[in-house]
Amino acid sequence: MNIWIAIGLTAVGCYAVKLIGLLIPAGLLERPLVQRLAALLPVALLAALTAQQTFADGHVLVLDAKAAGLAAAGVALLLRAPFLLVVAAAVLVTAGVRAMTG
Amino acid sequence: MRSEDGGKPDAAVVRDALGVGVAVGLSGFAFGVTSAGSGLTLLQTCALSLLVFTGASQFALVGALAGGGNPFTAAAGAFFLGVRNAFYGLRLSQLLALPRAVRPFAAQWVIDETTAVALAQPTRRSVRIGFTVTGLTLYVLWNLTTLLGALGADAIGDTDAWGLDAAGPAVFLALLAPMIKTTMERVVAGLAVVLGLGLLPVLPAGVPVLVAALAAPAVLWAEGRRRARIGPDEDDDTVGEER
Repeated sequence: MNIWIAIGLTAVGCYAVKLIGLLIPAGLLERPLVQRLAALLPVALLAALTAQQTFADGHVLVLDAKAAGLAAAGVALLLRAPFLLVVAAAVLVTAGVRAMTG
Repeated sequence: MRSEDGGKPDAAVVRDALGVGVAVGLSGFAFGVTSAGSGLTLLQTCALSLLVFTGASQFALVGALAGGGNPFTAAAGAFFLGVRNAFYGLRLSQLLALPRAVRPFAAQWVIDETTAVALAQPTRRSVRIGFTVTGLTLYVLWNLTTLLGALGADAIGDTDAWGLDAAGPAVFLALLAPMIKTTMERVVAGLAVVLGLGLLPVLPAGVPVLVAALAAPAVLWAEGRRRARIGPDEDDDTVGEER
């Protein structure tokens, strides 16, 4: 039951914030400052998420095979590889490093 | 096939959108496996992908539940991660210019990937195509692969051994890369990384990412101060928006 409560709250909350973003009146968004902020916020959030998912294990910072995987993804991006290849590079290198280091 | 206002050909937009939609959609498999491995039932796992449909929040929720968190803190962490979608919606509502009646239906697709694809498009027509194709492909595939992952969780064993846990950050990095072109965008990204990692050990799950989001207003504010100090006439620096 607890799990269903968590799922219900998350589903309602996450849908609500998605909808709020779309419904905010356009007039509010014509200010240049708001526009620049709306463009920069995804940059900040994605950067923080990338770093956390790579270097965090719960509340602890770790340096493991995922870092090598992410580096491979970065190289693939610099080489202008397609999206699927970027992700595949990260997964394969991570699995490879883990296989080698046990 | 070229759109009437001289933008990029429709086929190219569809190809880009499919690339993102398919790649990220397939990573629903990793979520299905992780969720089933965290003790959620098949129905619960699939409900999350159908109803929540924002990967980071879903991963955060099952992680918190597996770690023994109570349903309210677990949901709060997942919700905080989902708050960023409100900012994506702000941006998308300008670019998509959807009729109000359509918005409640489009809302479920307002996520990192659809935003990134839509933002990369030069015209309204291509923004709409990019958003719709990415949203549809991603929603269908994400839910299908969630189901397959949950069903196959026992057979797979340890997902980490397969490197599947690296798919999430690689996806975020690929979405981020085209957004960081100017010095200002790089500074924001760098500061967000420092805040996100630095606060991780001390704040509850999900909160450091929200604090890291403050890098955007902070850098904007600092930039405003700098411009005010040196005066607008002498400022020929190109920091700022390209879009």
